[in-house]
Amino acid sequence: MRRFSAFAIAREALRNHEGWGRTWARRPPGKRYDVIIVGAGGHGLATAYYLGKNHGITNVAILEKGWLGGGNTGRNTTIIRSNYLQDPSAAIYEKARSLYEGLSQELNYNIMFSPRGVIMLAQTHHEVRGYKRTAHANSLQGVTTEWIGPQRVKQLCPIMNIEGPRYPVLGGLWQARGGTARHDAVAWGYARACTDMGMDIIQKCEVTGIAQSGGKVTGVQTTQGDIACGKLGLVTAGHSGVLAQMAGFRLPLESVALQALVSEPIKPCMDVVVMANTVHGYMSQSDKGEMVIGGGTDGYNNYTQRGSFQHIEETLRALVETFPMISRLKMLRQWGGIVDVTGDRSPILSKTPVDGLFVNCGWGTGGFKAIPGSGWGMAELMAKGHSPLTAAFGMERFREGRFIDESVAAGVAH
Amino acid sequence: MLLLTCPNCGLSVEETELAPGGQAHLKRFGPESTDEQFEEYMFLRDNAKGVHFERWRHAYGCGKWFFAARDTSSLQVYGTYCAQTTEPPADILALIAKGRSA
Repeated sequence: MRRFSAFAIAREALRNHEGWGRTWARRPPGKRYDVIIVGAGGHGLATAYYLGKNHGITNVAILEKGWLGGGNTGRNTTIIRSNYLQDPSAAIYEKARSLYEGLSQELNYNIMFSPRGVIMLAQTHHEVRGYKRTAHANSLQGVTTEWIGPQRVKQLCPIMNIEGPRYPVLGGLWQARGGTARHDAVAWGYARACTDMGMDIIQKCEVTGIAQSGGKVTGVQTTQGDIACGKLGLVTAGHSGVLAQMAGFRLPLESVALQALVSEPIKPCMDVVVMANTVHGYMSQSDKGEMVIGGGTDGYNNYTQRGSFQHIEETLRALVETFPMISRLKMLRQWGGIVDVTGDRSPILSKTPVDGLFVNCGWGTGGFKAIPGSGWGMAELMAKGHSPLTAAFGMERFREGRFIDESVAAGVAH
Repeated sequence: MLLLTCPNCGLSVEETELAPGGQAHLKRFGPESTDEQFEEYMFLRDNAKGVHFERWRHAYGCGKWFFAARDTSSLQVYGTYCAQTTEPPADILALIAKGRSA
């Protein structure tokens, strides 16, 4: 792998940029790997990367049905935060956020991490109490957040109308170290580092069956032939239920559509991320100047990556009240992704009834922020059979009633 | 926009008039059930990519529940039927086999 540096840029400038090479290698699949990861999105690639980096397992293939980072990794609104209520969530999201801080240097690939700060608005008295509780919980968990009043909110984000009338801003939960990153670059950076460790990334390779022998996973059938493996990790977000069915078990998940949209680019007007969960909308401004807007999910099962129009209308209606200046903006693009939502709105990183088969799914509407922490924990789980980061996220928690209830804390969009 | 016909009042309505209720035909095992049975009822879902039987409520209409057979990968609706049943009726299954909508 050719390292990126000021010297490399100067060298390539003198020879017409012909020496950069491919970011990741494209090779045909081999016959057998120690570990196969299904799904080359952020979580799958991060899992592979930390398997190699932390545990020395580099005979790894990452299989991808479509193209690398083309699922939810390329469809989210790039928000990074770790202000969760429950201890296991705060631990894994804070691990992820702290890894994001050094990720550009570690991967030698600019992921454009921008710790610009995230405000979660409180617009009802119930939310005020909820976020104060989260701020207290976060200080016990070692996550730096603070409760701020409406004037400070206005100071941080002057384009906001805090007067209401319907939902006045009563304050907010402020995480100064939260922010955004370039979502595609996260996938590309991990992919480049995986290739550098000798791993195979195989795109346009759909898994059609999971081979088992005596209750143990032995390989996968794919559209590019059969591939044997020692361990198998399913990291396929919205399609986790489909792969679990191939393996012969069910997951406590449902796949629904979540949409996002961006406006035409405008001059810089907002240098923080604002989330308004009562009215169901969140917004930040990208480096290109587009306002990046997200809202709530549809309520019914869907695999089409298209959502219902009324949710876009709801989101924009809510945001126009809080940000009157966006009322004349034109929206440029809108898209949808399929998110896998669990009953307690927390992910599943777990062993399964099939020996050697692991799942990393259920990130629902908030997976991007967790990519490095999720990969770190999943790699440890797959390599050692146990990880302190993922111990609470086993799929048996639903049967045993040990929920990690973030549906109250994170509520809707997150 | 998703359009479903409410079998209770016969109206064809848009999804904004409806409240989704998740997978249909779940079996509740009752007071003596095991943890596994309760988990199956409460949490485990088929989450099918393809034909999905699901519950809907005509929330801003007659207020009653009904069931729908819908394809989650194409958004085709095969038909809707009365909620007072434990399995999809034969005419809906015939439509699904033919790939036709009601």
